[in-house]
Amino acid sequence: MGSGSHRFWEQARRWEEVIAHCREVAFDTGFPTVRAWKQETGGKAVGSFPVYTPQELIAASGSLPVTLYGGHGQLEIDHADSRIQSFVCSIARSTLELGLAKYLDWLDGFVVPSICDVARNLSGVWRHNFANGFLFYLHLPQNVDSPAAKTYYRGELERLRAGLAELTGRAIADASLSSAIQTFNRNRTLLEEFRARRAANPEQWPSSHVYVLAAMGNVLPREEHNALLERALELGEAQRRPKRDAVRVVLRGAFCEQPPLELLDVLEDAGCAVVDDDFHIGGRFFLAPLEGNSDPLDALAEAYLHQTVLTPVNNPGRRSRSADLLTRCKEQAIQGVVFASPKFCEPALYDSVLLRKALEHAGLPVLEFEYEEKMTVFESVRMQAETFVESILFFS
Amino acid sequence: MASSYQFQGLGRDKQKDLLGAWYKRLEDAPKTGTPVAYLFISGNICELLRSFGFEVLFPEVNALQCGIKKTAGDFILKAEDLGYSSDVCGYVKNDIGLASSGNRGPFGTLPKPDLLVCNYAGCNTYIKWFEALAELYGARFFLLDVPYRRTGEKERPEDLQYVMRQLEELAQVCAEISGQRLDLDKVREQLEYARQAEELWVKILHSAKHKPSPFDAFFEAVFFMAPIYVLRGTKECVDYYEAACKEIEERLQHKIGPVSEERFRVVMEGPPPWPNFRNFWELFKRWGVCCVASTYSKVGGIWDFGRRHDPARPMESLAEYAVNCYTNWDWSLRRQMMERYAQEYSADALVIHSVKSCRAFSVGQADVREHFSKVKGLPTLFVESDLADPRYFSEAQLRNRIDAFFEALEHRRMAPARPAPEA
Repeated sequence: MGSGSHRFWEQARRWEEVIAHCREVAFDTGFPTVRAWKQETGGKAVGSFPVYTPQELIAASGSLPVTLYGGHGQLEIDHADSRIQSFVCSIARSTLELGLAKYLDWLDGFVVPSICDVARNLSGVWRHNFANGFLFYLHLPQNVDSPAAKTYYRGELERLRAGLAELTGRAIADASLSSAIQTFNRNRTLLEEFRARRAANPEQWPSSHVYVLAAMGNVLPREEHNALLERALELGEAQRRPKRDAVRVVLRGAFCEQPPLELLDVLEDAGCAVVDDDFHIGGRFFLAPLEGNSDPLDALAEAYLHQTVLTPVNNPGRRSRSADLLTRCKEQAIQGVVFASPKFCEPALYDSVLLRKALEHAGLPVLEFEYEEKMTVFESVRMQAETFVESILFFS
Repeated sequence: MASSYQFQGLGRDKQKDLLGAWYKRLEDAPKTGTPVAYLFISGNICELLRSFGFEVLFPEVNALQCGIKKTAGDFILKAEDLGYSSDVCGYVKNDIGLASSGNRGPFGTLPKPDLLVCNYAGCNTYIKWFEALAELYGARFFLLDVPYRRTGEKERPEDLQYVMRQLEELAQVCAEISGQRLDLDKVREQLEYARQAEELWVKILHSAKHKPSPFDAFFEAVFFMAPIYVLRGTKECVDYYEAACKEIEERLQHKIGPVSEERFRVVMEGPPPWPNFRNFWELFKRWGVCCVASTYSKVGGIWDFGRRHDPARPMESLAEYAVNCYTNWDWSLRRQMMERYAQEYSADALVIHSVKSCRAFSVGQADVREHFSKVKGLPTLFVESDLADPRYFSEAQLRNRIDAFFEALEHRRMAPARPAPEA
C-alpha cells in the first residue's frame, strides 16, 4: 500500500467513509500501513506494549512507533499457549502469538514498559523467543513524588535513547525530540478535541467512531494521524445524526487491552453515551501539552511523573484515583460509571473495587463486567447495560 | 525420632517457637506502644525498620499461615463478597478477608499498621495490595520502588543508587513516625546478624548436594527459611540457624533425609499450594522424590551464589539485597539459576508448580518448560494449582500427572540404552 492509498481520508467525502476505512485498517493483523511506511522510508518500526511508553523518543529516532494491542480477536492462540499459561489476559497471549506466528516480521524492536506482572514477564519470554531483536524493558517509577524517581526515570529515557540510536545507527538530537514532542502534542490536542466535542454532543460523535479514529494512531506515523484527525473533524462536524435518549457514562478498565469493537456498539445501542473513557490511553497519557523545547528529555520525565493520566498501573502518589474519577464525573455531568475490565487483568480488577466504593458513596450507579479479545457473545452485556440505562433513566 | 539422634526436629520446633513469639509481640504491639510496619517478603529491608524500633509484619506470611491452617478459603470468599474478582491473587483476598474480620487469624490478632512499606520488588500486585490497605487503615504509605533486575552479570549501578536514595527518604519517614533518628550502628549490627544467618542458611541449602540429600530444599525449606525472612537481623535468627545446621549435620552423619529412600532428585520451581501442602508433598514422597533445590526458597533473597548483607556497606547492601530476590529477576537470570541448580545438585528432573494467584512467578513458566524439556533435555513436569485458594487444588488430577511423570522417568532409567543406529 503506497502513501497515496493509505491517505484515504484526503479523498473521503463523508464521515462514514472515513470510519469504515479506519475500521478496516486499524485492526488489520497484516499491519498494511506499517509495511507501507517501511517500504517507503526504509525506516525501522518499533513496537511497544500499551500504556506509558514514551513513543516520542521512538519517533525522534526516525522510527515508526507502533502500539501492539494483540490480535484483535482474530488469532487462534496456538504457539503462545506453550509459552504463557491460560490464566493470563488476552493481550499478552495474542501479542506473543503475533510474534510467534510471524505476523510481526516487520518489527525491528519492542519496548515493554513495567506496567504489570504480566508485561514484565512477557518481556523475558519475548527475549527468549526472539533472541536477535531489540528489546527494551522500561522501568516506570512508581514512587512518583520522590525526587529520586525523576533522576532515575530520566536515566531510563537516556538509556532508551541510546538503545534506539544503536538500532537505527543515528543519534537522537534534542531538536528531533522537541519536534516529535510538538507532533505528539498536536496529536493529543486533536484527540482531546474529539473527546470534548463528543462530551458536548454525544449523538454527533459516537464513541465507537471516535474509538476507531484513535486506533489509527497505533499504526500510522503521528503526522499522518494528525492529518486524518483534522480531516475527520471537518467531516464529523458536517454530519447530522438523530437525537436519542441516552445516559452519559464514563468507562474505565480498557487502558491496556482493548475490548472488541462490538462491545462499544452494544453499549451505545443499549443507550450508554460513553462520554469519557480510557481507550487507547497509551496514545494520550499526558494531561497537558509538553513544553519540550529547552530540555525535551526532562519534559518527558517530568510529565510522566506529574502530568499523567491515572490508570490502575501507575501509583498516584499524592493524587487520588477516586477523587480524580469523581471530579471527571462531576465536570462531565456523568450519570453512571461502567467498569469494563479485561478478563484476568489484575490491576483493573483491584482498582474497580476501590473506585466502586467511592462511586457508590457519591451515589453514582455502576455497571461492571469483564471482556476478552475473542468474546463473540454480547447478549449478557447488552441486557445488563439496558437494565443499567433504564434504572438511571426511570429511577434516578 | 530415635533417641540416638540429638538434634532431629529442631529446625521445625524452634521455627514454630520463634514465629509464635514474634506473633505474640505483634499482638502486644498496641499495648507496648511499639510502632508496626507492614512490608513484603521479597527484597524486604526489615533491618532498617527494626533499627527504628518497628515491629515488622508480613501480610504474605499471614496469608500462608491461613493457607496451611486451612482458614484461607473463608477469608478469600469474604473478599470476593466485597467485590474482589475470582481471578486476582488469593494472598491479597486472604488479607482483605482477614482485615475485614477484625484481623483475627490462626496466629492471634494482628495490629494495625503505623506504616505501610511497599517494597515493590518484582510484584506489581504488592502495590495494588498496599493501596487497598492504605485506604482501609488510612496508614502512611511508602513505596520503595525497586527496579527489575534485567539481564547481565551485575546489578546496574543506577538501579542501586535509586534504591539507596529512596532508603534515605524512607529513613526520614521512619524517624518521623518512631521519633528516633537513623542510627547506622544499629543497622550495621543487624546486618552483621543477617550475614551470619545467611552464611548458615546457605550451608543448609548446599547440604542438598549430597547424595542422598539430608534436606528437602522445597518442602522442608519453606519452614526452615521463615526466620531468615521475618526475623533476619536479630540474634535469635542466628541462633536458630546454628541449631538447624546441627540437625542437618547430624542427618548427614547418619545418612538420613526427608525420604526413606531417595529415588529422584528434582529442582522445584514455583510456590507450594499452602492449603494442601501435606497432600502435595505426599504425592512426591511416595515416589521417593527429594527436592534438592528450589526457586521458591529464594523469593525473599538469593544468597547461595555468594551475596551477603554487609555491615561495612549498610545502605548499599540493603539495596543489593532488595534488587536480588527471585521474582525481581528477569527470565534469563531465572532460567540460568535453574540450569545451575539442575547441574550442581545433580537433578533428574525439573518440576514446575504453576500457581494462578502469582503472575509474577507464573507468567512464562510454560516457556521454561519448553526450554528445559526441548532444549536442555531435562525431563520437566508442569502442574497447576494455587498457593492460597483451595478451590484450585485437584488432587486426583495432580496425582495422575505426577504418577505418570515419575513412572516414565523410572522406566527410562530401567530401559537399556538404545543401540546407536547403524551407519
